[in-house]
Amino acid sequence: MATPDNAALFQFLLRMGDNTLILGHRVSEWCGLAPVLEEDIALANTALDLIGQTQLWLGYAADVQGEGKTADDLAFLRDVWDFRNVLLVELPNGDFGQTIMRQFLFDAWASIMLARLQKSSDQTVREIAEKASKEVSYHVERSAGTVVGLGDGTEESHSRMQAALDYLFPYVGELFLSDEVDVAMIQAEIAPDPASLRAEYDALVAKIMAEATLTVPADAYVHKGGRSGALHTEHLGHLLAQMQWLQRAYPGCRW
Amino acid sequence: MYAQMVKSTGQGAKTRDEMTDEERDFQDRIDADIKIEPRDWMPDGYRKTLIRQIGQHAHSEIVGQLPEGNWITRAPTLERKMILLAKVQDEAGHGLYLYSAAETLGVSRDDLTAQLLSGKMKYSSIFNYPTLTWADIGAVGWLVDGAAIMNQVPLQRTSYGPYARAMIRICKEESFHQRQGYDIMMKMAQGSPEQRKMAQDALNRFWYPSLMMFGPSDKDSVHSAQSMAWKIKINTNDELRQKFVDQTVPQADYLGLTIPDENLKWNEETGRHDFSEPDWTEFFDVIKGNGPCNTERMNARMKAWEDGQWVRDGLLAHGRKRAAANVAAE
Repeated sequence: MATPDNAALFQFLLRMGDNTLILGHRVSEWCGLAPVLEEDIALANTALDLIGQTQLWLGYAADVQGEGKTADDLAFLRDVWDFRNVLLVELPNGDFGQTIMRQFLFDAWASIMLARLQKSSDQTVREIAEKASKEVSYHVERSAGTVVGLGDGTEESHSRMQAALDYLFPYVGELFLSDEVDVAMIQAEIAPDPASLRAEYDALVAKIMAEATLTVPADAYVHKGGRSGALHTEHLGHLLAQMQWLQRAYPGCRW
Repeated sequence: MYAQMVKSTGQGAKTRDEMTDEERDFQDRIDADIKIEPRDWMPDGYRKTLIRQIGQHAHSEIVGQLPEGNWITRAPTLERKMILLAKVQDEAGHGLYLYSAAETLGVSRDDLTAQLLSGKMKYSSIFNYPTLTWADIGAVGWLVDGAAIMNQVPLQRTSYGPYARAMIRICKEESFHQRQGYDIMMKMAQGSPEQRKMAQDALNRFWYPSLMMFGPSDKDSVHSAQSMAWKIKINTNDELRQKFVDQTVPQADYLGLTIPDENLKWNEETGRHDFSEPDWTEFFDVIKGNGPCNTERMNARMKAWEDGQWVRDGLLAHGRKRAAANVAAE
């Protein structure tokens, strides 16, 4: 087992924490506007769990970075090019179907990833994964159930869900790409090879989409650039402008 | 409680002589503090008044998500974002318990929602005011939830069982909401000059609308007598408003903030604060739909309902297919 490289570990933790931060933010945009009261509760609860996980991942990232920063500093005081979330989570909510499809495509990956991370050589990573895993197993059950219900609902709900899947699926591939950060994590046995999650992921997605009577696009293009930070979408800047506004407008305050 | 101006029978409370035998038995149970349960006989006016009151309260929880949702995406720290999400989630949950309590009286959630969207039913006037700065989220927790608790604590003893039980759960969560609001105000009041300015400005804007939450002055409150005889309402509007002022003044002092009322002073004789009444013309304007945010709030709810139609239809259709498949399998 190689000695973990702090710079690589920091990047890995940002990837985990930025995914949950940005997705949690997107889901929280639904507040008070869901199609039915139970969904208002479920969406708020999902966003709450994701932001809670963010505190753990980014809190640990700040420790590893060793510059005396906090999770809040990382969340509120970095610019677009320093964010390491996959593009999938920064895409706008669209209709409820697109939101819940994105949630399932992410939850399915998170449930597999977190199960693997519970075997990490890094104790803090293991502990965070263990806690987050409990929440995510509920998230994936719910998002999968809703995707099935709407895919196999009315003609309209079916076509909206198929459109959501067609739009989002090209953003799924990025979850399984790897680079030198991943190589360092694999060598230190902190995290698995992203590509090694793909078969289990595809099987889960295929099963749920079959129940939902939806067709998984074949040979989808892979949009990428989020987890490396090289090329985010235009959407992320707007999201950060809103999320970071108070901290930027009134720097150094306690809230 | 977020119920104001709930119409009762339109008449004063009935005297014992005016009551039928059934009504007298019913009143005796109420006087003996025996809870009324869904299957028990109840006067039509009692049922209707409760539906209006519980419905208005439920709608207020739902519409009340909007002014706070306005700041979830701009909350200044991860912890504040989480607290606010938890609070809004609680509020949606309160809506759920209250709609369920109303359903035991024979009215469906969809029917109540339709009445909200058509403007036939109201929600609390307070949610027609905007949340303009982060300090407003503090003020909403401190003052608005504070006023709600003042109203809701006595309702834990209300005569209708399902309503009283919903209120017990709700009160526990509301006191956490008020504390988090006050905590935001503390941070703001002890913060930078700009933060202090935001805190004072929030108090200035939310003070009188919070006083209005208790409903009009007792002398103008035409629906109270029967509701109080039925123990649907436990205290008068003015009693609760006074209690709220007496509780809030020292809290504002502690924050170093000034309540925007020149007439506010301690009265040694009565042992209470004297204070100015809110502008009741403004209150009635807001109730009529002319508050700063009435149109936005209703449009937001209407859009959520209309945009969500395909989702509700889709999930119902799936539920039916699944039920049919289960029957076929048996």
